[in-house]
Amino acid sequence: MDLGLDVEERDGFAVLSVRGEVDVYTAPRFRERLIELVSEGKHRIIVDLEGVDFLDSTGLGVLVGGLKRLRSHDGDLLLVCTQSRILKVFEITGLTKVFSIHDSVDAAVGGGSDGGATT
Amino acid sequence: MTDRELAGGVIELEIPARAEFVALARLVVSALASSDSTLADERIDDLKLAVSEACTNAIEAHDAAGSVERVLVRCQAGTDALEVCVEDRGHGFDPSDLPDHPPVTDPDRLKFERGLGIPLIRALVDEVEFSPTEEGTSVRLVMRLGPNGAGPS
Repeated sequence: MDLGLDVEERDGFAVLSVRGEVDVYTAPRFRERLIELVSEGKHRIIVDLEGVDFLDSTGLGVLVGGLKRLRSHDGDLLLVCTQSRILKVFEITGLTKVFSIHDSVDAAVGGGSDGGATT
Repeated sequence: MTDRELAGGVIELEIPARAEFVALARLVVSALASSDSTLADERIDDLKLAVSEACTNAIEAHDAAGSVERVLVRCQAGTDALEVCVEDRGHGFDPSDLPDHPPVTDPDRLKFERGLGIPLIRALVDEVEFSPTEEGTSVRLVMRLGPNGAGPS
């Protein structure tokens, strides 16, 4: 099973685009990539989940861990997600209130609340 | 094969207790669930996620117990429900012993990277039952079919 993890710079943010299925098998690679970015000094990270087909609680754990790590560096972790089946996982666990979730990378970079709050 | 010919049929899958096999369990269960036209796609996604969580817990239980036994996934398609049982042979656990998470507005919420699986399972399926077995734990997930399967209450 393939997990795609691509990074690009965008207006002071590192945008990590995730593709494929995030579960107990692939989550460790996702976690390592996030930790690498933080240790490279990238403290403002956007995780783009639009290419994710499946995400379970291990994936949520990686994101919660990433947010915690970034906040300890005065950074932030923003999410891009519009797929209802992925958003549902955040809604059930109450994590929509923890993460800033945006409709597009543009909206996340813009930082406004326009594209966010997909609750 | 029509949907109803599946009724009463049991499909058993034994997977090695390794992380890479959780995707296989998801695939088998969602293929079986898809063969019942009364189960909406959204509910199939819910079941797939619940199975993923149960298998992940089973594999972690095997890891913790140092068990090399396989995890059993048994699917039973009945006329009014689709049941999936995930049986591990690791240490048992008591789901009522799970710690409560702080509210999401509490900064301490971020200390919890784990423990989201069981609440997810409870929210996603119509019925869930955790039972101790001689060797470990059995998690029974039930999705009701047809008009009554409107989702967990």
